[in-house]
Amino acid sequence: MAYKQYILVCGGTACESNKGIELIETLKKELEDNGLIRDVQVVRTGCLGFCEKGPIVKILPEDTFYVEVRPEDAAEIVQEHIIKGRAVERLLYNKEQSKTNVGIKEIDFYQKQFRVVLRNCGVIDPDKIDEYIARDGYKGLEKVLFEMKPEDVIEEMNISGLRGRGGAGFPTGRKWSFAAMQPKGQKYMVCNADEGDPGAYMDRSTLEGDPHSILEAMTIAGYAIGADKGFVYIRAEYPLAIKRLENAIRQATDYGLLGDNILGSDFSFTIELRFGAGAFVCGEETALLASIEGKRGMPTPRPPFPAVKGLWGCPTVINNVETLANIPIIMLKGANWFNKIGTETTKGTKVFALTGKINNSGLIEVPMGTTLREIIFDIGGGIKDGKEFKAAQTGGPSGGMIPPQFLDTPIDYESLTRIGSIMGSGGLIVMDEDDCIPDIAKFYLQFIVEESCGKCAPCRIGGRKLLNYLIKICDGKGTAEDIQNMRDISEAMSRASLCGLGQTASNPVISSLRYFMDEYIEHIDDKKCRAGKCKKLLRYTIDETKCVGCTACARVCPVDAISGERKQAHVIDADKCIKCGQCFDVCKFQAVSRS
Amino acid sequence: MAKLTLDDLRKLRETKQKAMDMRDPENKEAQIIVGMGTCGIAAGAKDTFNAIIEELDQLDITNVLVRQTGCMGLCHSEPTVEVVVEGMPTVIYGHVDAELGKKIITKHVVNKKMIDNHICDKPAMDIIR
Repeated sequence: MAYKQYILVCGGTACESNKGIELIETLKKELEDNGLIRDVQVVRTGCLGFCEKGPIVKILPEDTFYVEVRPEDAAEIVQEHIIKGRAVERLLYNKEQSKTNVGIKEIDFYQKQFRVVLRNCGVIDPDKIDEYIARDGYKGLEKVLFEMKPEDVIEEMNISGLRGRGGAGFPTGRKWSFAAMQPKGQKYMVCNADEGDPGAYMDRSTLEGDPHSILEAMTIAGYAIGADKGFVYIRAEYPLAIKRLENAIRQATDYGLLGDNILGSDFSFTIELRFGAGAFVCGEETALLASIEGKRGMPTPRPPFPAVKGLWGCPTVINNVETLANIPIIMLKGANWFNKIGTETTKGTKVFALTGKINNSGLIEVPMGTTLREIIFDIGGGIKDGKEFKAAQTGGPSGGMIPPQFLDTPIDYESLTRIGSIMGSGGLIVMDEDDCIPDIAKFYLQFIVEESCGKCAPCRIGGRKLLNYLIKICDGKGTAEDIQNMRDISEAMSRASLCGLGQTASNPVISSLRYFMDEYIEHIDDKKCRAGKCKKLLRYTIDETKCVGCTACARVCPVDAISGERKQAHVIDADKCIKCGQCFDVCKFQAVSRS
Repeated sequence: MAKLTLDDLRKLRETKQKAMDMRDPENKEAQIIVGMGTCGIAAGAKDTFNAIIEELDQLDITNVLVRQTGCMGLCHSEPTVEVVVEGMPTVIYGHVDAELGKKIITKHVVNKKMIDNHICDKPAMDIIR
């Protein structure tokens, strides 16, 4: 007996932590109580991307899209929607359109998106291998194992033009061919799932929503390079992704899609998980391999590249999660299908984790060549509270800040490098007028200083020095000379550091000096922070004419810096004030001003 | 579960694909909308609805979207079923019991012939728009 309706509930980390599991249980119970459990299937899918409005519930086949659904709403959904066929209007995303049954297609958040990597996320139940298979899963592997020679697979990858999505954009086919060219013997295929940029969660969502695509891709890669063993290096902080990967490996092994003689062919391949302890530097290839080997995660000089001498000295290919997720569909639909998507130099799509001061934060996928304006304003719904856009940071701490004048740049690896940022893994942090540029640069440098492994001096000492200068500037003690010193240090770091972490660590500083010099000068010369973020530059004063002497500010002040009689104007003692801002927040008469 | 051979995998995919296609809101060539207001349900719309789904399932038809809707305002003719097939005028059938539901699939959807004596109305496009 077939199911008549399907209730898809988002099972990404964001929705799950927002009572998503309870919601699923309640829905099932309601269906059970109403005798519908055999007619309506509840499916826990991967991330639907619209995390801002989670938990998301989608009802198929009519394609109704509910947002911010609480467990308490389950009864109404079953009673109204399932039994009576009436949409629960208050839960619909776009309430004005409630009469016409708002499907996913009509929501602006999804309109400019194009899903290749996330093709199964939010569609299948990631814990069911059968659903992946039904969506043409393992069909690419079929084709590779029975119709293609390893060199054909590599050639196909070269034609597709796929480049590494981990950040640097190295052509994947070429990487494979280096490893394939090495003499026969033990080789390894590694998946880099050590996603560490602040604000990035593309890889986590892909693993949670479609774990089998990664397993299939690794098997294909193993066949192409001649490896029989794969490792997924994943952060231990991603428990849900780990659980689903473990389950997927178990299912694939049961089906004979991993293990000896896959599908009766003479190719054998196994995959194991290795957990990282959350060190940013372990996203770097050589440090990652050291960590898998059980050593301290520190990079080593390249060459030799891992494709020649990697894990335990054997040729090893390391691909990032998003890169791999592209591979099964490239094999299935052909390289010439894939290389029609994107720009001249950069083929395919890119997944971004949209965060920061944006209305629709969430997980999105767009074709390469989409502009930042389309991403931030059309998909992201613009800046929160109607504020002014100031900058966007791509590539996390290794990337640069992109100012408003480049909003219309079509995004690809080259264009982003030209404007002083990098593609990076896909974190996209949006800043508005309330963000202070030197303060943001300081935040990224703090991250770098914490995460630097300390092996090479340029990164270890340079990062610390840069941070000190930024602290000085934000404290209002900076000088013009500091700017020059920061430039020199940045250059030394990018040229002399051992690995990518140090080489790119100064990008936030270089790019912000390039585009937002006026803010640095304000901090240094005028001792002013226009965003009001740098506490030491703030001054709180009370306007005598507006103050009614209610004493609210004096009572809330933690250091007794405010004095004054009842019903008389109060004053702030600037020497005692710690600039916590509580008086500013508590005053009902706008008498406290901040400058 | 024994290890799959290439043929097993293909067979498995085929059987599972059907269920996935039913979920897919796209690639539907026809829509069948069953009126499931209180009046419809009281008149037996549930049986009609189930019969339609079962018939589609038996005939392996996956490109038809079956939806429920509220009362269409034709309470005197319940259960009512609206059928939208590409290239054919949209019609509403009245007094649709399980048997007629199945006939709608075989005759209207598959053979593209309307079941004349049960047509009760055409949706009033001027009101909807």
